[in-house]
Amino acid sequence: MNTKVNLAGVELKNPVMVASGTFGSGIEYSEFVDLNKLGAVVTKGVANVPWPGNPTPRIAETYGGMINAIGLQNPGIDVFAGRDIPFLQKYDTKIIVNVCGKSESDYIEVVERLGDEKVDMLEINISCPNVKEGGIAFGQNAANIEHITKAVKKVAKQPVIMKLSPNVTDITEMARAAEAGGADVVSLINTITGMKIDIERQSFAVANKTGGLSGPAVKPVAVRMVYQVANAVKIPIIGMGGIASAEDALEFILAGATAISVGTANFHNPRTTMEVVEGIEKYMARKGVDDINSLIGIVK
Amino acid sequence: MKFDEIAKVVSQEQLSEGIFDMWIETCNIAEKAVPGQFISVYTRDASRLLPRPISICEVDGNRLRIVYRVVGGGTTEFSGYKSGESIHILGPIGNGFPIKEGGKAILIGGGIGIPPMLELAKRISDDKTIVLGYRSRDTFLDRDIKVYGNIVIATDDGSLGTKGTVIDAIKENNVEGNVIYACGPTPMLRAVKAYAMENNIEAWLSLEEKMACGVGACLACVCKSTEVDDHSMVHNKRICKDGPVFNATEVDL
Repeated sequence: MNTKVNLAGVELKNPVMVASGTFGSGIEYSEFVDLNKLGAVVTKGVANVPWPGNPTPRIAETYGGMINAIGLQNPGIDVFAGRDIPFLQKYDTKIIVNVCGKSESDYIEVVERLGDEKVDMLEINISCPNVKEGGIAFGQNAANIEHITKAVKKVAKQPVIMKLSPNVTDITEMARAAEAGGADVVSLINTITGMKIDIERQSFAVANKTGGLSGPAVKPVAVRMVYQVANAVKIPIIGMGGIASAEDALEFILAGATAISVGTANFHNPRTTMEVVEGIEKYMARKGVDDINSLIGIVK
Repeated sequence: MKFDEIAKVVSQEQLSEGIFDMWIETCNIAEKAVPGQFISVYTRDASRLLPRPISICEVDGNRLRIVYRVVGGGTTEFSGYKSGESIHILGPIGNGFPIKEGGKAILIGGGIGIPPMLELAKRISDDKTIVLGYRSRDTFLDRDIKVYGNIVIATDDGSLGTKGTVIDAIKENNVEGNVIYACGPTPMLRAVKAYAMENNIEAWLSLEEKMACGVGACLACVCKSTEVDDHSMVHNKRICKDGPVFNATEVDL
């Protein structure tokens, strides 16, 4: 049985990875998750300098989901490169570094800095709904996406994944813009902008007022968008949004995702990634599928 | 080291209005736990995604006790668990209280911050006073805690002990000590910090914030640190991982 998939020349032992921001750099989860079993670890977003993030409360639970507005708190690329990358290199998994910035030059600085590091791919976060500058400011306009993708590709030494926002009228337009800019892969969806009101405090549940909705509640939206994008571009897709089981992961693969990410479900069950890996193998055995690649995008 | 366990409920009873008391049999968590640490309790209802952080009240061999307030759907689910049922927990989480020997200790618990004071009182052999703040005379755990030291009570409505805050009770009863351990709502911790500073008393505070992962990865439950933290590289510390107990001088409340 073959569970290996290929993303822009990078071979993953299986299509299961973690979604940026839900897993740190794997250090904390490595106590109860065998990182060697993952196709890849996608790190929390890192910028050129440390970011303090948003005020608390930063999260709120919602029905079948949660809203977060962490605000991309991160220690900056220097500390990250000295601490987190060496940690991940001890494991037999691929390393994908999520890159965030407030301006084009921020992104470029981090991407250039990572050129000399032993990381396998870069994921460019142009879709965080929780920071005022950068992030989503790039990700909601096709011309901006194409521009930033080109700028990143010009300096990147590793394959580039552009992470797309669902908070747009037509995500296929954004995916095509990324492809036109030279993106090697697109990943989707980032969180959907949401709001929760705390009726006791008569205030916003998260200090940022709005936050990104994730978890099982968003899955049907994410599957639909992956399907649409799969029919719009030729580059591979990493699908995510509410995946909590192998069954969920398989929906994304059948809709057109070459790989998938488990995000919020890590909070509900730290062993979700392991269960997804095992569940996909069981499904393949039950369906008599020899190669996972034969499942990608077959639902038309 | 934390353990992700499907543990077993040994017993559960209600102590007072909305306050429940559960003993859980664990494989490793209870034996490794120290006072001030907590566990993440996972709901069975997957529409509620986030684990509930609940402080460890007491440990006895491979059993641990949690005393918690029912505040929403998740804790309502837990309050219905019966003896023999399974419960998904992860722990022990956090650093716990550093026990300083050779002095006189003041333990302060406010509301649902009271439970960790029981195991802490058990493990501090020095002379100590335990100050407990409740809303009213509908108390819980005071009789269990009294076994391990003098207790002083404050109530919001004055129906038992000092009418007012835990600080009012400390002043009224001339409670003295050279180290404070406190757990409770943030306004109480702020007052405890101010009192400790004024009186030059070392203070250790257990903080609370909305949490998601509970293991230090997601950066939801941060507090403001007075110095740049060497993990975050900013003025933020993770309550679940670097805390929940901090020296009062380390954090801005």
